[in-house]
Amino acid sequence: MAERILTDKMIEEIRAFIPRYPSKQAVTVPALHIVNEHLRCVPRQAVVEIAQILELHPSQVQDTLTFYGYFKQDAPGGKCRVWVCRSIACALRGADELLEHLEHKLHVKAGETTPDGRISLEYAECLGACEHAPCILANDDLHQSVSPEQAEQLVASVK
Amino acid sequence: MKTVADFEPVLLANIGKPDSWTRRGYEAYGGYEAVRKVIGKLAPKDVAETVKSSGLRGRGGAGFPTGLKWTFLPPNHPGPIYFCLNADESEPGTFNNRVLMELDPHQVLEGMMISCYATNCKTAYYYMRCEYPLAYKRTLAAIQECYDAGYLGKNIFGTDYSLDIHLHRGAGAYICGEETGLIESLEGKRAWPRIKPPFPAVEGAFRKPTVVNNVETAACVKQIFDRGVEWFKSIGVPPDPNNPRDAGSYGPKLYCLSGHINKPGCYEAPLGITVTELIDRYGGGIWKGRKAKACIPGGISMGILKADEFHCPLDFNGPGKFGCLGLGTAAVVVMDETVQMVDYLMNSARFFSHESCGQCTPCREGTSWATRLLTRIKAGKGRLKDLDLLAEIGDTIGIMPGTTICGLADGAAWPLKNTLKKYRGELEEYIKKTNPDGWAETKPVPALKLLSIH
Repeated sequence: MAERILTDKMIEEIRAFIPRYPSKQAVTVPALHIVNEHLRCVPRQAVVEIAQILELHPSQVQDTLTFYGYFKQDAPGGKCRVWVCRSIACALRGADELLEHLEHKLHVKAGETTPDGRISLEYAECLGACEHAPCILANDDLHQSVSPEQAEQLVASVK
Repeated sequence: MKTVADFEPVLLANIGKPDSWTRRGYEAYGGYEAVRKVIGKLAPKDVAETVKSSGLRGRGGAGFPTGLKWTFLPPNHPGPIYFCLNADESEPGTFNNRVLMELDPHQVLEGMMISCYATNCKTAYYYMRCEYPLAYKRTLAAIQECYDAGYLGKNIFGTDYSLDIHLHRGAGAYICGEETGLIESLEGKRAWPRIKPPFPAVEGAFRKPTVVNNVETAACVKQIFDRGVEWFKSIGVPPDPNNPRDAGSYGPKLYCLSGHINKPGCYEAPLGITVTELIDRYGGGIWKGRKAKACIPGGISMGILKADEFHCPLDFNGPGKFGCLGLGTAAVVVMDETVQMVDYLMNSARFFSHESCGQCTPCREGTSWATRLLTRIKAGKGRLKDLDLLAEIGDTIGIMPGTTICGLADGAAWPLKNTLKKYRGELEEYIKKTNPDGWAETKPVPALKLLSIH
């Protein structure tokens, strides 16, 4: 039996969602968000434990997890997830070059985390901030009309 | 009919005012007056009837009449009936819902309350994409403010009507914006759209009757009860007498302008404004003094308009007359003369192949096939016959209804079909220039790493 991975706090947070829905399964995505927020990934053991709380088969939770690009399973994401938008509106204003520049500076490809665990560089299909193209979402902060130099400063400032 | 010149914005009226996102700010600008006129004062069916008579069409992309959608709910159903607010806008170019949710979340909630009352719904889910942290924070706070003030929960505004609104976060999937995909996702599953019928109005979330409405639609509902049906119908375009299927395009609309434009942003204008008017009046012209080459009239899935088609009116039927799929989300992405169509096509194909849910073979295979072909063309290894192949993919992957469950494949097909029709010469030239003798190595590019990225 693997050691328990969900803390009492996480379990409590997950349970708080249950009364909002007529089925426990509906809490799957909120539960994945809660675990992902605390651990920066959702390991397999957490999937098993979520399934226990929600009275599901682990495969049901795993199935949902793998569908959504937001969740990571195998390794924790960086402390800061840097999403570079590459949709058409951003691409027209240099998003591809921006992403390339950051890949070069951080020595990682989009989708990877820097070895020090500071930054996950990711691309977003659309951040819905097209009036500020090209834009970057770094955790909860939206950075607007970002030039390669500004992007460089941004990733350097992440502690 | 009100022209653009004498049009006064209402959906965006509070935006820019201090504290527009708090209840106190919102009420200072006349907020929550409409809902007080409705709940407990009017019968739910009269509320629905009012919305129906206003001619309001859903602002999420399909333009289906909202009041009519509500009447599809089974009459005298014992309940529960669910209401889902679709706040999962992920269509490239589209950000009008974000602006409303970040800067005027109470307007959306007020419209939602009226819509829930009209449909006899007591539990509503606000499904928001996770890429909007600020909108999430403000909406969460706004919902809490409403509970604290007795505007949500039991016996709201002192009436016997009770309503709960729960905010539910998505997790980065475009397909959750499709109404049955949204419902599946809400239920905790992968967002695989459902085969219709049964339609959500009959069997939706948790197998109960469900209404799915867009954020901007909810804001319009609020405005209708503030200003009346006559006001709403005085804006926009009446039905085309020569088209019996045209239900008219009434009301104000939020247009998102982006791309190669001097002043990108979200602007409110009457339905029926032309692309030229929008660019000149609001967008400040094409950036760097360049010439426009093309634009996407309503989100990436709607196809493309050439610069000489910019007189196209942006109402629900306008873009269709210019070979596009429709108005969609009214997100206008402008491209200047420096843009190569192969890049635009490549970008749109990559988007759709990344976002296809994988359930239907024509969509899953077709979108990634088109992306691989375009990658090869872009890399200078294209052959002229690839364009025929692309046209064939465009003609076969998205035939609605029929080959696929939802409209994603259709959305992927329109940019392909449309661009090949309007810019075939340019694409041929690109291939001839980059692969002049047609003998470049035609080994297929490696399979796309689409899913291993995250």
